[in-house]
Amino acid sequence: MNQWNNFSKGFIKENPVFVLLLGMCPTLGVTSSAINGLGMGLATTFVLVMSNIVVSLVKNIIPDKVRIPSFIVIIASFVTVVQLVMQAYVPDLYKSLGLFIPLIVVNCIVLGRAEAFASKNNLFSSAIDGLGIGLGFSFALVLLGAIREFLGSGKLFNMTIYPENYVTLLFVLAPGAFIVLGYLIALINQIKKIRR
Amino acid sequence: MNYFIIIIGAILVNNIVLMQFLGICPFLGVSKRLSTAMGMAGAVAFVMVLATIVTYLIQKTILDAFGLGYLQTIAFILVIASLVQLVEIILKKVSPALYQALGIFLPLITTNCTILGVAILTIQKEFNLMEGVVFAISNAIGFGLALLIFAGIREHLELQNIPGGLKGTPIALITAGILAMAFMGFSGLV
Repeated sequence: MNQWNNFSKGFIKENPVFVLLLGMCPTLGVTSSAINGLGMGLATTFVLVMSNIVVSLVKNIIPDKVRIPSFIVIIASFVTVVQLVMQAYVPDLYKSLGLFIPLIVVNCIVLGRAEAFASKNNLFSSAIDGLGIGLGFSFALVLLGAIREFLGSGKLFNMTIYPENYVTLLFVLAPGAFIVLGYLIALINQIKKIRR
Repeated sequence: MNYFIIIIGAILVNNIVLMQFLGICPFLGVSKRLSTAMGMAGAVAFVMVLATIVTYLIQKTILDAFGLGYLQTIAFILVIASLVQLVEIILKKVSPALYQALGIFLPLITTNCTILGVAILTIQKEFNLMEGVVFAISNAIGFGLALLIFAGIREHLELQNIPGGLKGTPIALITAGILAMAFMGFSGLV
């Protein structure tokens, strides 16, 4: 497969959030602001790329029967690395993402790519695949975070856009996450239908 | 009184699905029919309580005792994965009927973030073992409650005339949003 297609499929065609509907928990949980979305997206991207690389390196050594537990251990190790690094260098972001950092382990996207792609392809395309899907995930999180932040607190990346008196607080609270994501997916479905 | 606050807090105020966004995948995935939703809720409750007890004991007796706190994520996910396997094998032998009902949901539970989430939260909130068990049971009830209400609504949604682009997941998400709004009404309770 062409490497550019391999990289770019994660943004629109196989976007993990909008099209495949994977990794919904962090998508809804951390996107109360665009910065949080970006942090979560990049942390997941790192885990995706590294676990894809390692899985594609060891794919011939691991017996088929224990492959899923082995993948989980590989993923969990990189999640621990991310956890410790974030705790040391960006403690504020770590605190606001909270529980969702250790929960990258059970993010279906990461295990899904290890199983569906990295265990069948070579190192280079696995790394590119991880990067593409990871950035596609980050893109979705930033988009959702920016919309919620804009509507819910009148800011964008922490810069005030309009005064706080006019905000609809609902959008940074729990229900807003479900509703904004619902309408975004509806919009994407509608666009796909028109283009067909 | 303390237990009462944990129970009400976990079921209604900080509902694990609608307020904390854990376990969204099964929430959207198996909520199309009431009967499958019940099976899933049962399986999650079973594994969640077991996993919380086992991970709590491992944290206190091994990780804390030897200063291995940084291995928490790896240790917990391995314990949960093997626990799910074990439960599956035991259920198959001991109670084939229960296995029939819960069987297909068990493999899915390993990657259900509610289990790992509740195990980590129990440690983070510094509960003792008894409080941890109560916390796990309440979260399991909260998960079941949200799932069953949502499945009931979705069965009705099937019969409605929904505009093209909103069909399927989008309308489900928006419905969940309105349900979350209803649960926000409980926020002053504790």
